[in-house]
Amino acid sequence: MKKIMLSILLAGLLAACASKEAKQESKATIEESTPTQSQPQPSTAPAQQQSVAMDPLHDPKNILSQRSIYYDFDKSIIKDEYRPLVQAHAHYLAGNRSARMTIQGNCDERGSREYNLALGQHRADAEKNAMTLLGASKSQIETVSFGKEKPRCTEHNESCWSQNRRGDIVYQGE
Amino acid sequence: MTFETIKRIRASAAWRGALTKIIFLLLFLYAGPLQAALTIEIIGGGATQIPIAVVPFAAEQGLPQSITQVVGADLARSGLFKLVDTGGINPLPVEPSEIRYADWKARNADALVIGTVRPLADGRLEVRFRLMDVVKQAQLAGFSYNIVPAQLRLTAHKIADVVYEKLTGYPGVFSTKICYVVKQGSKYELQIADADGYGSQTVVTSNESIISPSWSPDGTKLAYVSFERKRAVIYLQSLLTGQRTLLASFPGSNSAPVWAPDGKRLAVVLSKDGISQIYLVNPDGSNLQRITYSGAIDTEPNFSSDGKWIIFTSDRGGTPQIYRMPASGGESERLTFEGTYNVSPRFSPDGKSFAFIQRGVGGGFNVAVEDVATRQVQVLTNSLLDESPTFAPNGKIILYATIENNRGILAAVSSDGKVKQRLTVQSGDIREPTWGPFLKAQQQLPILNQ
Repeated sequence: MKKIMLSILLAGLLAACASKEAKQESKATIEESTPTQSQPQPSTAPAQQQSVAMDPLHDPKNILSQRSIYYDFDKSIIKDEYRPLVQAHAHYLAGNRSARMTIQGNCDERGSREYNLALGQHRADAEKNAMTLLGASKSQIETVSFGKEKPRCTEHNESCWSQNRRGDIVYQGE
Repeated sequence: MTFETIKRIRASAAWRGALTKIIFLLLFLYAGPLQAALTIEIIGGGATQIPIAVVPFAAEQGLPQSITQVVGADLARSGLFKLVDTGGINPLPVEPSEIRYADWKARNADALVIGTVRPLADGRLEVRFRLMDVVKQAQLAGFSYNIVPAQLRLTAHKIADVVYEKLTGYPGVFSTKICYVVKQGSKYELQIADADGYGSQTVVTSNESIISPSWSPDGTKLAYVSFERKRAVIYLQSLLTGQRTLLASFPGSNSAPVWAPDGKRLAVVLSKDGISQIYLVNPDGSNLQRITYSGAIDTEPNFSSDGKWIIFTSDRGGTPQIYRMPASGGESERLTFEGTYNVSPRFSPDGKSFAFIQRGVGGGFNVAVEDVATRQVQVLTNSLLDESPTFAPNGKIILYATIENNRGILAAVSSDGKVKQRLTVQSGDIREPTWGPFLKAQQQLPILNQ
């Protein structure tokens, strides 16, 4: 019964994500580009299959060492290029039920602090929902938002802003 | 010519007792020397300015603070007055009978402030002032205040408030307070100060960001969002005792607190149920009630002063826009249609318009005002990154945060867009301004006579 309920819930979440994404994609053109740095390598094998000479979370060759997902201005849609990264972390959580992570949502400095706080939270929650649908447990993931309060880069230009529109994955104990 | 008697206001003994306590606590909270935390500079001026002479108050030499100077600076800073030089008139009038109106007419003064400060036997001071109409040669107002020397600035602001109201028809806001956040390096300070930037007091210091301060309607408490617990939580803090309580720390973000005008409820934004939505809550944290169910971001609620409406920001239509709903929740109506980014709505005190931040076609984020009935929008600034507009309680000035020369500063613009001011701190960034309420007449009694 529990399993059925979960399935229904997951189906609902998928539908919700799909409709939200569809709605957002139809409405506006993307205004800014994303940074080219720290892109995931889609060809990298999932974590569990790797020979673990070192902790996969910190192995630079492992996609799990990549922790940031970047967004377009005023968007919380996870772009296709980050799906392997999301999938890898979801699988890691599914395979390591004692693992816990916090996803920290961040935004660029433009616009209001409160709207950005909500947007950062939405970004973090979008990543959590995606990982949950891919097998992670909700209880493994906490989400917080720093809005525009903790910029990685503090200059007032797009190259800086693009680095600040981001969700960061931090595992417990890191 | 008729003389009105100087008005005297009596305070009850009980009230005086309570006030002594409040004054003591405020003095206790007061941290540094009395200096301008903010430097204020006027950028534009009103089209018509009322020429007024503020005659040096008799016997104020040697006092820790010149009343004449503060009254004059307040009036000039408003942009609505032009100070008339008082030099060369000898003797300077102190009482109405000593005024030679021809002198002031020759200098094109329409109004005249005269006054005196007299030490009392108990160490207090008696401040008396009169506002005279030069054209009609009649008194427009007159008050006396028995004060301790530490209240000289506040008394001067109250005198400026009386002058402003008598000559413009709108209440003055010189004696009100503002609240804002100063970031110095990695340290954040929530501060309050007089509306002219003097007498700043630090309410709380943190190594993490503080945002969204909100005054209780009686001016004795602040609600604000702190990241000191590594995520956004809401605190309430008493300005009388310094005591603070955690109002909301649910999983996710807890933010955007704002008081209902009756002080009995607050609107807050919580993400605990999935996405940031608006809730009402009692000041003790009880009776939490969700009032939006949009499935999109709903945030930045703000009550109309009659308590009937809440305006807020929502991206339910795909981009952040401003909506209005009944204060208890219910059907929402979209209010902004120009542009793809309209946020941070704040009702004017009369509820007829609201200030907000609009992203213009050039990409700049500017302060704008929309008339609720006609939907007409007026953009008031042309800078790049404005945020957090807040109305003065008389509705005539909008204070906001902006970036200038890579630093966070506060700026002010008159609600008609004509007068602009810039407020800076000596170092660091200043942001998140919120203008305090008018204090009830009874709470102003400490500076008035018994």
